[in-house]
Amino acid sequence: MRKGLTWFNVTSIALGFAFLYIPILILVIYSFNASRLVTVWAGFSTQWYWALLENDQLIDAAWVTLRIAFFSSLVATVLGTMAALALTRYGRFWGRSLFSGMIYAPLVMPEVITGLSLLLLFVAVNFDRGFWTVLLAHITFTMCFVAVVVQSRLVTFDRALEEAALDLGCPPFKTFFTITLPLILPAVVSGFMLAFTLSLDDLVIASFTTGPGATTLPMRIYSQVRLGVTPEINAVCTILIAIVTVVVIVASIVTKRAENLRQAEERAALQG
Amino acid sequence: MAAEKPRNQTIGAVRRTFQPWADPDKKPLIRFENVVKRFGDFTAVDNVSLDIYEREFFALLGPSGCGKTTLMRMLAGFEEPTEGRLTLAGEDISGIPPYRRPVNMMFQSYALFPHMNVLDNIAFGLKQDKMPKADIAARVEEMLKLTKLEKFAKRKPHQLSGGQRQRVALARSLAKRPKVLLLDEPLGALDKKLREETQFELMDLQMDLGMTFLIVTHDQEEAMTVADRIAVMNHGVLMQVAPPAVIYEQPATRYVADFIGEVNLVEGKVISASGDETRLSSPITPHPLRVSQSLGLKPGEEACIAIRPEKLRISLDEPADTSENCFRGEIWDIGYLGDLSIYHVELECGQRIKVSQPNLSRVVQRPITWDDKVWVTFAPHAGVMLTR
Repeated sequence: MRKGLTWFNVTSIALGFAFLYIPILILVIYSFNASRLVTVWAGFSTQWYWALLENDQLIDAAWVTLRIAFFSSLVATVLGTMAALALTRYGRFWGRSLFSGMIYAPLVMPEVITGLSLLLLFVAVNFDRGFWTVLLAHITFTMCFVAVVVQSRLVTFDRALEEAALDLGCPPFKTFFTITLPLILPAVVSGFMLAFTLSLDDLVIASFTTGPGATTLPMRIYSQVRLGVTPEINAVCTILIAIVTVVVIVASIVTKRAENLRQAEERAALQG
Repeated sequence: MAAEKPRNQTIGAVRRTFQPWADPDKKPLIRFENVVKRFGDFTAVDNVSLDIYEREFFALLGPSGCGKTTLMRMLAGFEEPTEGRLTLAGEDISGIPPYRRPVNMMFQSYALFPHMNVLDNIAFGLKQDKMPKADIAARVEEMLKLTKLEKFAKRKPHQLSGGQRQRVALARSLAKRPKVLLLDEPLGALDKKLREETQFELMDLQMDLGMTFLIVTHDQEEAMTVADRIAVMNHGVLMQVAPPAVIYEQPATRYVADFIGEVNLVEGKVISASGDETRLSSPITPHPLRVSQSLGLKPGEEACIAIRPEKLRISLDEPADTSENCFRGEIWDIGYLGDLSIYHVELECGQRIKVSQPNLSRVVQRPITWDDKVWVTFAPHAGVMLTR
């Protein structure tokens, strides 16, 4: 087989990347536009980033979004990890397959339905919609992503390690925190980061479940765009892209390194 | 390997006379009483009663899935018996969780904590006991010395070779000075040479520490080498519990005879039995068979004679006395192992028997070769009569 790139490969890669990234690139470039008109280039400027600082509405929305993303992914990480443990550890309990099916359902559930059903629930129990309802909704839909990530790590976890700790006199609860958690931590951290980014850019579910005083950044952007795209929006989006990119890259580096380390250990074990 | 250390003179004396199982007044350290373990419909351990004594090196031997590991895991506390009682030093230990049992286990995969270095791995159990720091340090130092790991104290498990990891696992499980050390296929991951070396090290270690070791293995040579007594298991049932030499020379059943080492099983019918001798006829040879053993069998009853290949003699010449205990046949196959040769001899009836013979001399005038007509004989005390 020929190695290296043929012109066909080069073209398809170029087209693929262009398709994915040209819109984003244009958005980023125009965020540095000096003109107020979005489509006319009038020289480089960072004025829209400075203007952002003056825009209380956007800053408020960003602050709400970050708080929701942080706390919802924190809770989702705890709940998701617990669900993953239950699914991998307690081999057969009553209703196990139903439970695992229900954990994964939100992964494929259309967001509109998740959002609508949560809205109906909050209305039914007469829960005032706002910050807390968005937070709860985000925990609900990001938890299953955490569960999936953590579960895939737990499947390859050697339970003899926990048994060894128990055998040496370490009670189960302590064993979890001294042995299990440190070893699955990379997966838990990447689950957290995944939940964080998902929460950060969610528009649909947040729109359904929010109330007065809890407008998230994606909602704010969306409503402003309907009145016309301003360079300020471009600047906000650029910042958002930067945050998401950094988080995703860090998450993948963390998992990659843990994976490499584990493989190195396995190789060393095989070579004896 | 370090320089040979001088032998503790008392070991020989202890080894020669050690047989607490023969003393009816001796209290066992571990006692399985009619222990049954079921997993759903599967019975892993089926009504096992077994006594293991202090300072004994005891081996559970059997094919995979025979229940030997389950038996050990019940002692460690990872499984609870479905029925029966399990006592340690006279105390019923059922219901006591693994972290409160005075036994420690060395795992087959070693189960070293990958995020801790050798030092912390060994100290882990001691820290759980809230031992003073100075005592922990002293004990860990002692364990490192015992297992010759001083130089590797700061290394992580993945920076060690298989043999070194095995020693860390051993040091970690010994550190708490458990009443019983459980070893689950401890040498399975080592290569043959290192394994044999380590077997002898384990024996010396067990003697020096005066501890009770319980080893689970599927490797019969390993069990024979290290153990004071062996329990042969199959399908969750104990087939025989005895010292290695008894297991080999006086197997209780066909299964044990066949499982341990090589054996020829010759089916026969009793012709006559007198005093301590039995004569049998067998469909595979026209000559009658005589064994110096009497199980109180009556003429006409069926029995089987188990003869180890090395206890058969093979020759090209007709023996002087062909009235009994001989087979005629033709060489079917030869396996040359260096120290000995294995001959597969096809008898006239078509059945094949195995004969092994040491190659005592470097040069033989006329070696036995393929298609040779040979005579195979055995002494009356070479065979063991089995009825089960």
